[in-house]
Amino acid sequence: MTTTAPTQRRTALDRVVIRFAGDSGDGMQLAGDRFTSASALFGNDLATMPDFPAEIRAPAGTIAGVSAFQIHLADFDILTPGDEPNVLVAMNPAALRGHLGDVARGGLLIVNTDAFDERSLDKVGYASNPLEDGSLDGYQVVGVPMTTLTLEAVKETGIGRKDAERSKNMFALGLLSWMYGRPVEPSLRWIERKFATRPAIMQANLLAFKAGHAFGETAELAAFEVPPATLAPGRYRRITGNQALAYGLIAASTQAKLPLFLGSYPITPASDILHELSRHKNFGVRTVQAEDEIAAVGMALGAAFAGHIGVTTTSGPGLDLKSETIGLAGTLELPLVVIDIQRAGPSTGMPTKTEQADLLHAMFGRHGELPVPIVAPYSPSSCFWAALEAVRIAVRFMTPVILLSDAYLANSAEPWRIPSLDKLPDIGVRFASRPNAGDAFLPYLRDEITLARPWAVPGTPGLEHRIGGLEKADGTGNISYDPDNHQHMTLMRHARVRAIAEDIEPLEWRGDDDADVLVLGWGSSYGPIGAAMRRLRQRGYRIAHAHLKHLNPFPRNTGEVLRRFPRVVVPEMNMGQLARLVRAEFLIDTVSITKVAGRPFRASELEERIVEVMDGR
Amino acid sequence: MAAEQVSTRERGITEPGGGAAGLTRGDLVTDQEVRWCPGCGDYAILAAVQSVLPELGIPRERFVFMSGIGCSSRFPYYMNTYGVHGIHGRAPAIATGIATTRPDLNVWVITGDGDGLSIGGNHLIHALRRNVNLTILLFNNQIYGLTKGQYSPTSERGKVTKSTPFGSLEQPFNPVSLALAAEATFVARTIDVDRKHLPEVLRRAAAHRGASFVEIYQNCNIFNDGAFLALTSKEGRSANRIYLEHGKPIRFGPGGSKGVRATGLAKLEIVDVDEVGEEALLVHDEHRDDPGLAFALSRLSDGPTSPTPLGVFRDVQRPVYGEAMEEQLRDAAARQGPGDLEALLNSGDTWVVD
Ligand code: SF4
Repeated sequence: MTTTAPTQRRTALDRVVIRFAGDSGDGMQLAGDRFTSASALFGNDLATMPDFPAEIRAPAGTIAGVSAFQIHLADFDILTPGDEPNVLVAMNPAALRGHLGDVARGGLLIVNTDAFDERSLDKVGYASNPLEDGSLDGYQVVGVPMTTLTLEAVKETGIGRKDAERSKNMFALGLLSWMYGRPVEPSLRWIERKFATRPAIMQANLLAFKAGHAFGETAELAAFEVPPATLAPGRYRRITGNQALAYGLIAASTQAKLPLFLGSYPITPASDILHELSRHKNFGVRTVQAEDEIAAVGMALGAAFAGHIGVTTTSGPGLDLKSETIGLAGTLELPLVVIDIQRAGPSTGMPTKTEQADLLHAMFGRHGELPVPIVAPYSPSSCFWAALEAVRIAVRFMTPVILLSDAYLANSAEPWRIPSLDKLPDIGVRFASRPNAGDAFLPYLRDEITLARPWAVPGTPGLEHRIGGLEKADGTGNISYDPDNHQHMTLMRHARVRAIAEDIEPLEWRGDDDADVLVLGWGSSYGPIGAAMRRLRQRGYRIAHAHLKHLNPFPRNTGEVLRRFPRVVVPEMNMGQLARLVRAEFLIDTVSITKVAGRPFRASELEERIVEVMDGR
Repeated sequence: MAAEQVSTRERGITEPGGGAAGLTRGDLVTDQEVRWCPGCGDYAILAAVQSVLPELGIPRERFVFMSGIGCSSRFPYYMNTYGVHGIHGRAPAIATGIATTRPDLNVWVITGDGDGLSIGGNHLIHALRRNVNLTILLFNNQIYGLTKGQYSPTSERGKVTKSTPFGSLEQPFNPVSLALAAEATFVARTIDVDRKHLPEVLRRAAAHRGASFVEIYQNCNIFNDGAFLALTSKEGRSANRIYLEHGKPIRFGPGGSKGVRATGLAKLEIVDVDEVGEEALLVHDEHRDDPGLAFALSRLSDGPTSPTPLGVFRDVQRPVYGEAMEEQLRDAAARQGPGDLEALLNSGDTWVVD
């Protein structure tokens, strides 16, 4: 079979956003994922975002049961998975009904016509068939009887109807691969690997893929080409945020020359980090699926006391439960990394959806006065950096560190230029090995610069000591109710976290020197802010963007950067938490742009809302 | 790599247990003033632990004492070893982190009936189930001492306390039954005032590989004085203490006149030895795979108010959590080769941009 149609017949595009949508049993994540890999191999820049149904087994054919996967691919560097799909692949009426509203006007709808029977239409409240009643007139509709064609194609394998039908996602993948000129061979090899243990199923999937590809060609569907992007030279791979966190933790353990310990309780959307790390035991990684969130962080703290890199991963509800132990870690002054993959809403909220609403929780969510450093990745691949940075700060300053990622970063993927190992940060750890005050060992004798106490691990002769949650005398660590000592220790714990500001990169900004507005962001809104900036600057607005990767303490030049610009706008997926911190810390009046819909900002919506501010509307 | 920068793995396990020789009771005493109420049962337990540790042949730096919150949880401050005074109920979880990463350490958990069975009940049962290498001492005084006298999960029904002026409505836990049901591999009970039995049981618990659970009846002379009088008064001592001994028929009472006999399905009864003959008595077997009989023994008395078994209920071997995990790491390294970060980062589909 031909691999791609001749280029001259293909319409060149600089970018396209495609959304695969179908029932959760339709294999849309798999098809989208494979399409992404093929696009990456082809050399496009890309960003993806899955959209999982909230329930594991929502009734088939309902809107609640639709699973979707969006990919944005381009011949230039892109920042987001795209606002509006240009192409929607809808495997059933529910997928069409649930996602049509997002599709760009005039967009392309590729529809599995076989699924549009009366019952299925009925189920999602279509009174008449939208494929026939003219309601899709504003779109280009390509109806393909995917189920029939798939069944026909795989007949020779003799597999049952159910399995045969399930290969229709590969038909869709083949079809899209033809339309967008994706390389074919790697996908065929991938199918062979994936179903290696089930030859008949493998055969069916191969046949379905080829049938989809051939259909595109023979039906002379429109063919497009998105040329490769010019990315910085190097070796690339795709990576999701959670995967990058797992790799970053392993890298941190290697850099620190200390084994990694993860205590974790399953919770969406953080569990993938536990899954990933538990596969890498050959790195000396110990993982425990704890009995609850509190045990998970407790175990990590115990591991830290024992001299390992102690980490716990969770999402909002789990962070609530871990608060007391984080407080203990803070007064024990032990390194501990707490990773919170933020999700939407209070209580159980919307576990599969994204939000940035745990910032103030991370900042202040403990009784007593206990500041905790906060690190925030801003893109899927930056999670690798963030994990290393969290560990580095934790062991250097002997403190718990909270890393705030979110559901969007966790599951989204992008190409990642694989760093060379000699570029990784130095995380030198020195355990205490001998008495530090004559013959005595004082567990709270501090380093003059970092204010960190020594890390003296059990098993070291002569350094036996007791620490605990009761207030302790500086130096000896003995229990102390002395008022002056408590005052001193409280200030010390604050000073120790403030000292970190001297140890982290200053806040960078980019954009117009004479910008009217500085957009200040943090976390995953980096992509949408960057994309909105490009559009605004094209429209002639003078604008600048700074993005905080450390939220406690702020980089030392933060106030300076903020005061450079007449106005500061802070977009966040919460009710204005960073804006509040910035006002309190710098007495700067910020304009807060908020969104709490469980979805990231769209670049276009951010663009409009920033324009409103700039135009004084 | 600086000299001090030795990984715990290199530092730990391979070192011989040198330095243990000559560890004395005095070496284990800290300069901290002991703050329990005069007459508290905790003193005897502290003394017993300090007397047993030097016999174990383990250097002082390998001991870790971990506790939660409560009177008993002050314990680590009085032991000149490594120690952590944690937060309420969480000691078994934190200790699991220590013992799992460092099988070379000898980790003790000091907890109480409120700390271990109320707020921390979940962690306790899971540490037992996992068989983490911990020696867990539960000081059971059937009351909340540190918060000044509220009923605890082991207080008897009807107990009048500050928080139950009309009497408690709650069925108490039987800690030994609970530990057995939680799949513990070593379960024992002893009492603070028994200067001989207490260290004996501690020695056995410390020697056990895996999780050992010891319930220690401990008198709180301030808020619940005399809770164990049935076992500590002159008459009670001989009438009500049933000392369990492996391989021996279970006899107790003045001159061993009473005994325990199995009747029917998992039911035990107290009998007069003269009437039934020694052959009819239950022979204690700590090592039985099935915990059923040990459980039945734990149900012999409703609480420490009637004849009550003391000693080792169960002592069986099962893989130890931290060791099993270490084995998995070794297997993985043997199978996949030692971790190679470069290879990991470059795994999966990659492509090169020139
Ligand atoms: S209150 Fe009771 S348990 Fe606590 S120290 Fe005093 S006597 Fe001991």
